Amino acid sequence: MSAPETGVRSVLPPRAPVFETRRGRTTASAVALGVLLAASVIAAVTIGPAGLAPADVIASVAAHLGIGEPTLSPLRDGIVWELRMPRVLTAAAVGAGLALCGAVMQALTRNPLADPYLLGLSSGASVGAVIVIVLGVGLLLPFAAFAGALAALVATLALAGAAGRGAGRGSGGSLSPTRTVLAGLAVSSMFGAVTSLVIFWSATGDSYREILNWLLGSLAGTDWVSVAIAGGALIAIGIPLIASARTLDAFAFGDAAASALGVHVGRSRVLLLGGTALLTGALVAVSGSIGFVGLILPHGVRLLVGSRHRALLPLSALAGALFLVWADTAARTLFDPRELPVGIITALVGGPVFALLLMRRRVS
Amino acid sequence: MTDGLDLSRVRFSRTGRLIVDEVDVTVPAGSLGALLGPNGAGKSTLLHLIAGIERADAGALAFAGRDLAALRRRDRARRIALAEQETHDAPELRVHEVVALGRTPHLGAWAGLGERDHAIVAESLAVLGLEPLAAREYSTLSGGERQRVNLARALAQEPELLLLDEPTNHLDVRAQLTSLELVRSLASSGRTVLAALHDLGLAAAYADHVIVLDRGRVVASGAPADMLEPGLIRDVWGVEAEVLAHPSTGRPLIAYSGVAERSARAPV
Repeated sequence: MSAPETGVRSVLPPRAPVFETRRGRTTASAVALGVLLAASVIAAVTIGPAGLAPADVIASVAAHLGIGEPTLSPLRDGIVWELRMPRVLTAAAVGAGLALCGAVMQALTRNPLADPYLLGLSSGASVGAVIVIVLGVGLLLPFAAFAGALAALVATLALAGAAGRGAGRGSGGSLSPTRTVLAGLAVSSMFGAVTSLVIFWSATGDSYREILNWLLGSLAGTDWVSVAIAGGALIAIGIPLIASARTLDAFAFGDAAASALGVHVGRSRVLLLGGTALLTGALVAVSGSIGFVGLILPHGVRLLVGSRHRALLPLSALAGALFLVWADTAARTLFDPRELPVGIITALVGGPVFALLLMRRRVS
Repeated sequence: MTDGLDLSRVRFSRTGRLIVDEVDVTVPAGSLGALLGPNGAGKSTLLHLIAGIERADAGALAFAGRDLAALRRRDRARRIALAEQETHDAPELRVHEVVALGRTPHLGAWAGLGERDHAIVAESLAVLGLEPLAAREYSTLSGGERQRVNLARALAQEPELLLLDEPTNHLDVRAQLTSLELVRSLASSGRTVLAALHDLGLAAAYADHVIVLDRGRVVASGAPADMLEPGLIRDVWGVEAEVLAHPSTGRPLIAYSGVAERSARAPV
């Protein structure tokens, strides 16, 4: 069965360069963000007591990678390689992963307010993580966090769906953004309370700090294991998520349109939302629930390059990494020597963005 | 079995309510079929069943001699395209990006748009006169412009069977005729088209066949001149109408004169 010709193709030029305008911008943005991220990682490691220079950081990294002689004193080298570098890299991986999850969830739920934190996934993951830490089975940490995130996701979607049945569901099988966010609020409050209870019941030391770090998110005390968990999850799950860009694009006009374009709607949604829960679980296991990263960055990137996910997903990940590296640097230096949970910084930025998005929805 | 679309005894119910009831539809290849019926007759649902968005409970759906139920979803989307009215918030995409979505079933997961895909997107835009709007944000378009973009997206799928749900909604008179003339020419070039239409006059003027649905059942199926008669129009739509012959084309011309009582008709 060959497609019939309409005969118009022959009179048209083979290429239409006017349709390519965003590709150049996408490449330029990717290169700019990549360079900026690399420079920021180095800069962020130098910031703080000890008076390090970018050259020191580069020298230390080179020495540890076996491509240079150690030039720093063991103490200063330890600050770079054991303290700050893992923390900055964890921040980058967590930021990238959260932004990626936010972008994917926004497409699948057709909800501009979707974000792992707002829909309760992060709180669910925290509960899972805290419980296994209390039980002393640290090996299960990422799995428990994943199970918690998945439970919270299912709870939020079920609650939003149940609330929607009374009021009539949004067309195309998608849930109303408002109800979904309200359901997420209920679920995350609930899971947040459980996290606090578990910590308070079990903790012997500074349980308030511990609770704050899980509820608001903190990168204090992250090490190379954290880098491995967050970075590993980012690569293992982030790459398949980015690879599904075309499927996410097809959801632009709703479930029915996606299905008519040959997408397995139910299967894709389960797999991709499951992927975001898995990734969120791994990230929260090392950082607690840091809010709003998945909300702010994808929207910012959309303004730059539009909604095509082939551009949106990788650029959101880069922007998320960049954002969280600097947010965490602010968190650990603003009130030096005391540390702010980084979630406070992201909420300070994210709250107004959330408000703006709400206002924009009202207008449209 | 014909070369075109062949539905036989298709049944579908949702939440216990029968929406499509033992429907037989035949649209020969290269012709334009109009799916008519009042609101809630099951037109959109029937289009969804053919496009594979929903699965029929019973019956056989075939196109070009192939059982549609046996086709993989992607293979089906390469042959069948559906252009619907949008009920969603507009996505933040430019017009050419929306039209490029039509290439989805033809592309691998990693592959970008190739030279041929770009050419097909450009052609689809050109056919609908959308080139001046190609770089515009879809969300800034009027209802009529969106309708044309959606049709262009469906054309970019290179379908052999084109399903249209209310393709003339939101369009002014000239755009309605332009749109239907385009659809006619697509049919003449070999594609099979099934369009759900509200406007009986447009169906009478352009369709090769009309299929009239009422409460999920086919109550008339055949050439517009034979099917669109005052009794049927009264029973199905509840309006009094006279059917005249168009002075220049000879096609049926429907003159409404008021509302009437509806009454159930036996399925054909």
